[in-house]
Amino acid sequence: MALFFALPLLLVLAISLATRRTYGGVDWIFTLVNYRDALDPLYLRILMKSVLLAGVTTAICLVIGFPLAYWIARQPISRQAIWMLLVMIPFWTNFLVRTYAWMFMLRTEGLLNTWLLGLGIISHPLELLYTDVAVLIGLVYGYLPFMVLPLYAVLARLDRSLIEAARDLYAGPGAVLRRVILPLARPGIVAGCVLVFVPSLGAYLTPDLLGGARSMMIGTLIQHEFLVIRDWPLGAALSFGLMLLVVLCVTAYVRWAGNLTGERIAEAGR
Amino acid sequence: MKARAGWLTAAAALNLLFLYGPILVLIVFSFNASRYSASWHGFTWQWYRTLLDDRTLLESVWNSVIVAVSSTAIAVLLGVPAAIGLERLAPARQRLAEAGLVLPLVIPEIMLGVSLMLLFVTMHWPLSLLTVTVGHAAFNLPVVILIVRARLRRLDPRLVEAARDLGATAAQAFRRITLPLLLPAIAGGALMAFTISLDDFLVTFFTGGPGSTTLPLKVYSMVKAGVSPAINAISTIIVLISMACVAAALWLQRGRDK
Repeated sequence: MALFFALPLLLVLAISLATRRTYGGVDWIFTLVNYRDALDPLYLRILMKSVLLAGVTTAICLVIGFPLAYWIARQPISRQAIWMLLVMIPFWTNFLVRTYAWMFMLRTEGLLNTWLLGLGIISHPLELLYTDVAVLIGLVYGYLPFMVLPLYAVLARLDRSLIEAARDLYAGPGAVLRRVILPLARPGIVAGCVLVFVPSLGAYLTPDLLGGARSMMIGTLIQHEFLVIRDWPLGAALSFGLMLLVVLCVTAYVRWAGNLTGERIAEAGR
Repeated sequence: MKARAGWLTAAAALNLLFLYGPILVLIVFSFNASRYSASWHGFTWQWYRTLLDDRTLLESVWNSVIVAVSSTAIAVLLGVPAAIGLERLAPARQRLAEAGLVLPLVIPEIMLGVSLMLLFVTMHWPLSLLTVTVGHAAFNLPVVILIVRARLRRLDPRLVEAARDLGATAAQAFRRITLPLLLPAIAGGALMAFTISLDDFLVTFFTGGPGSTTLPLKVYSMVKAGVSPAINAISTIIVLISMACVAAALWLQRGRDK
């Protein structure tokens, strides 16, 4: 069973150590040159930028997703499921469609510019599409439900009497948040951050459609190496770099998410 | 205290506006009479009519249905026995298998696409609808196994024991007790797999070849050619299909809880 999935990944590793043929395909001659090429400053810059964009995406999702999850967890129990359903419906909607929706909003003749011009806030249309900001908006939009889901899973089970006890002991709202709610929500925060960071890091559609040629991320770079330049070994080496980062994230999850299993997260979405 | 609750509600409302605003705008403008403008020029169905004239689009819908149905069928036929088989493994091996199952769901999808493409090319399988279907089965299989397994674990083992005590053979007990109890989970898992397959872009992008353009790939090439109300129209239809799938999944779940 596990072999079924391990085999293709091992193949990626093998190809990353083989020699490139000009029009795709490989010769099975061992070399480490692909990993040296993958560490080229140009590629490293794209990698760093991907990590940065994914990191900022995660931070924004946490900051805007936390109040939403907390608010839903405080609603009457009978209505919580409906609110969570409302959060999950966009997640069930085609990712390509959702990304296109932002192209429609952000392009120069798009809705946002039309409205801002109409309201007289700006005098020239802003260049919004094909920027890093557009990629950021697309990523936050795409993966916000992944943050809200595990946060809600922990916040819904939060014992309210602990908060009351903290208040009785004269903790202000800030102290309650910092010293009671956040520590108890930690497994959900870790899970949410990993669930947002990992797909953001490897995103392809968002940087491809909203970022254009100037905002390459590691996902678009890998696609470019495989399908445009046809340098498979280099593409495979870059894929392995991405894989390594993902493994690091998953390790962090296993260490710090405590007993918050995937099953319990999925449960919250039902 | 009151002020803070108000602040929270406002934050939640803004979040939901952020999640739904762009989709609603997209739908509204699929009925806009003007081709280029982002302001309202009157209601029209014309963009939906142009979709019906697009032969390649209709072909891509057909391809999507073929891939989604067959990859879901493969996932169910392999996944249900696998879920039941997993239950009989030693706990340590179960945990290992579970890690292997979650792997394709947590790695970035592009990794899955790349590795499957390399696998097919190495095996000299020409990239076609067949490789796309196998690729989709690869991510649908763990979905089905995980959902069926979750249900299997909640089954009361005494039910099967009672059936055996009353003289049922193992096969009879499976067919008349276990399988009917698993059915909602199997249907739910199949529906989820079907939806994911229908929506998939990246794995199809890497594992497809000439003649295997699915709907998302077709929409992608339309989007690459530039914003047009026809894309809004096809997007609206896709959104409605997703909603129908969610509604069906909920309905199935309701059956399960009774």
